[in-house]
Amino acid sequence: MKTTQQLEKQLKRHSKAAKLEIWGKVVSFSALLLIVAVVVGIIGFVASKGIATFTSNHVNLWDFLTDKKWNPGITDANGKPEVGALPMIVGSFLITILSAIVATPFAIGTAVFMNEISPNKGAKILQPVTELLVGIPSVVYGFIGLSVVVPATRAIFSGSGFGILSGTCVLFVMILPTVTSMSVDALRSVPRYYREASLALGATQWQTIYKVVLRAATPGLMTAVVFGMARAFGEALAVQMVIGNAALMPGSLVDPAATLTSVLTTGIGNTVMGSLQNNALWSLALVLLLMSLVFNLIIRLIGRKGRLQ
Amino acid sequence: MFVSNDVSTTGTMQKRHIVQPRDAQHPIVLSTEELHVFYGKKEAIYEGDLQFARNQITALIGPSGSGKSTYLRSLNRMNDRIATVTGRIMYRGVDINQSDIDVYEMRRRVGMVFQRPNPFAKSIYDNIAFALRLRGTTDQHELDEIVETSLKQAALWNQVKDDLNKSALALSGGQAQRLCIARAIAVKPDILLLDEPASALDPVSTSQLEDTLLELKKQYTIIIVTHNMQQAGRISEYTAFFNQGRVLEYDTTSHIFTNPQVQITSDYVSGNFG
Amino acid sequence: MNSKTQNKIAIGTLYGVAGLVVLILLALLGYILVSGLPQLSWHFLTAPAKAFLKGGGVGVQLYNSFYLLILAMLISFPIALGAAIYLYEYARDNWVTTTIRTAIEILSSLPSVVVGLFGFLFFVVKLRLGFSILSGAFALTFFNLPLLTRSIEDSLRTIDLSQREGGLALGLSRWETITRVILPAAVPSILTGVILSAGRVFGEAAALIYTAGQSAPALDFTDWNPFNISSPLNPMRPAETLAVHIWKINSEGIMPDAKAISSGSSAVLVLAILLFNFAARYLGKRLYKRLTSA
Repeated sequence: MKTTQQLEKQLKRHSKAAKLEIWGKVVSFSALLLIVAVVVGIIGFVASKGIATFTSNHVNLWDFLTDKKWNPGITDANGKPEVGALPMIVGSFLITILSAIVATPFAIGTAVFMNEISPNKGAKILQPVTELLVGIPSVVYGFIGLSVVVPATRAIFSGSGFGILSGTCVLFVMILPTVTSMSVDALRSVPRYYREASLALGATQWQTIYKVVLRAATPGLMTAVVFGMARAFGEALAVQMVIGNAALMPGSLVDPAATLTSVLTTGIGNTVMGSLQNNALWSLALVLLLMSLVFNLIIRLIGRKGRLQ
Repeated sequence: MFVSNDVSTTGTMQKRHIVQPRDAQHPIVLSTEELHVFYGKKEAIYEGDLQFARNQITALIGPSGSGKSTYLRSLNRMNDRIATVTGRIMYRGVDINQSDIDVYEMRRRVGMVFQRPNPFAKSIYDNIAFALRLRGTTDQHELDEIVETSLKQAALWNQVKDDLNKSALALSGGQAQRLCIARAIAVKPDILLLDEPASALDPVSTSQLEDTLLELKKQYTIIIVTHNMQQAGRISEYTAFFNQGRVLEYDTTSHIFTNPQVQITSDYVSGNFG
Repeated sequence: MNSKTQNKIAIGTLYGVAGLVVLILLALLGYILVSGLPQLSWHFLTAPAKAFLKGGGVGVQLYNSFYLLILAMLISFPIALGAAIYLYEYARDNWVTTTIRTAIEILSSLPSVVVGLFGFLFFVVKLRLGFSILSGAFALTFFNLPLLTRSIEDSLRTIDLSQREGGLALGLSRWETITRVILPAAVPSILTGVILSAGRVFGEAAALIYTAGQSAPALDFTDWNPFNISSPLNPMRPAETLAVHIWKINSEGIMPDAKAISSGSSAVLVLAILLFNFAARYLGKRLYKRLTSA
């Protein structure tokens, strides 16, 4: 049958559509690969620079993490360079944890208000305001911290006004909109019939919120808080502007201090590539990168646990 | 005119009654042989070999979940990424279920219209013309002509001829579905597969759609999945009854409706099912 | 305490908390606008900055911000679009896809200062691009890619599966269906996402201080030859942006009117973001209406 053979030939030739399909797959996958390459590149470069302090400058990793003196240009009595990163690590963790502790009740309270108590006012006032504030650049937060928070701290506690407390205040306001809007999403994903069932059983609104809604939304709320902490930990300029930039163990919340990010922003431009001073800074960057991976992992674990329940 | 090749089987298996169409004026253009469809490890179709006669309407009926839609979607390999389809799908002597078949070329010959109208977010004109343009029809007069004849065949021309540049998303459900039919026939397919095309339409639109299909069968071979037995009775020459992934009965529509050989078919067509 | 009183106290407290938060947020916005708006004038927005004297403007910085934004969007949009298309339309649910998704998530959670430092290491030092618009645009691209990819993927998700089937049933390839049917229908939503991400890029500073640099050489706005050093189009010149400017003058403080300029610049940044927000909503809605109306 000649016609059958002709038809088979027509149906088996590689059509324009089939060629376009391959082209499309290749093009879009290349774009995706490029992003993956960027991620691998960033982690690879920062890691290779960051471990140079330990491999080529022979700094002890334990000393780096626990020594309290940060002065990479100077060597101590034993001839070892002073590269103790503890003050910055403590500084970073302190402002992260403090700002999260302050922001969490406000954020969750506001989210509950927006979603459970007054959805109307929530949608009209709070929603647009939080959405807008999520987008405000961090330097603006830093500038306001510098011109409002620092003078206020100075007036109340004397001293310079720069320090962990000012940093915490700035970060609190900065992560508040983010944590709030993510908390709202978490509450929104709790099915309506949970609330109805609880209210129908005679529970008060607060009992319903506390015992049913918040419980059901816990994984989502935790994700929101950890996300806020990750943002606080990685924030550079806003913190650098108000923390005082003294690489010392913070004696009190109102003494000038430093964080990993603040030392990085001020230091990288003032050191020579390849020198110990410079390598030590890259080690700080590596710590920062590893911590952001840890935050990522925590968020993932929470997500997985939430799904299992 | 109708030569019976009854392959009724009884025994441990459920009784089946399959009579493939035999009609010299309407030769077979599409058939499946040993077709099996798997979703992962779960087998969705495990007995469903049918032959389809040219320029006739064949209705696939059966309860929901019986596999009729899965079967239909396998015919032009719309299930490729979702399910595994084994066996042969013979289209005019060529097995189109082979891996080296160009599915895009094949689907231009075996077109499909879906349950819910899915006009593209384009003008009415472009809904029909754009697939043609992509395949190299650039002559404006030719395009105009195809758009007009397709819309006329789908019985939509009179209602939209002055609004061809308006968005297709503004059409009513019945109009949108007819636009989808016009779009499908504009690429001049050989076979038209319709998956419950009237299920989202009101009775008036449904009846108009049925008239359109009766008109279209002069040029196309039509296979339609429907849950509406009256519809199958009104428009189709042949009817296949699906149940639980198997074809239990296949015969002329009049036989299926007046003298079903399998008890379940009889229950189903008389409305006593379940 | 009975549960009714408890309920009243709890609800009252929540009102208080929400009120306080609104107050804080509004005070913040109010402060920015009240202290910043009086600084704004045509002179402020167009004049070059002065290092040691009063009365400088932010013209060059403002221009640099927009130029960097446009370049960064031009580079990141096609990449994010391709990646989103692959992820949503082609990728199968297997370990490769999961790994890639994880990588993108990691990129989105990296502190922007780390992205900036990588940009410094790779573009400024390794590729010898120096502190330049180009280095800055690449750093901003990396910063922008993960969120833009996710936002485009979400836009693709809003287009019904039946549209894809419609294209395939006409004998079109997946790629043709995506580019000719899905993308045009998703334009309003994609555009909204692009503009919102532009707002983020516009205000970013940490990724830029070591890539685009912290200096803004004077520009000659009559010279549009991109190879000349003072040409606004030259991609190899250092370019301090508005956001970096705020940080810079506050950290160095050699400008007598640093505070006024920072206030003005902050107001400009916030107004720009507001504008981006409104534009995103307005254009998205309008385009959608146009697409669906008769």
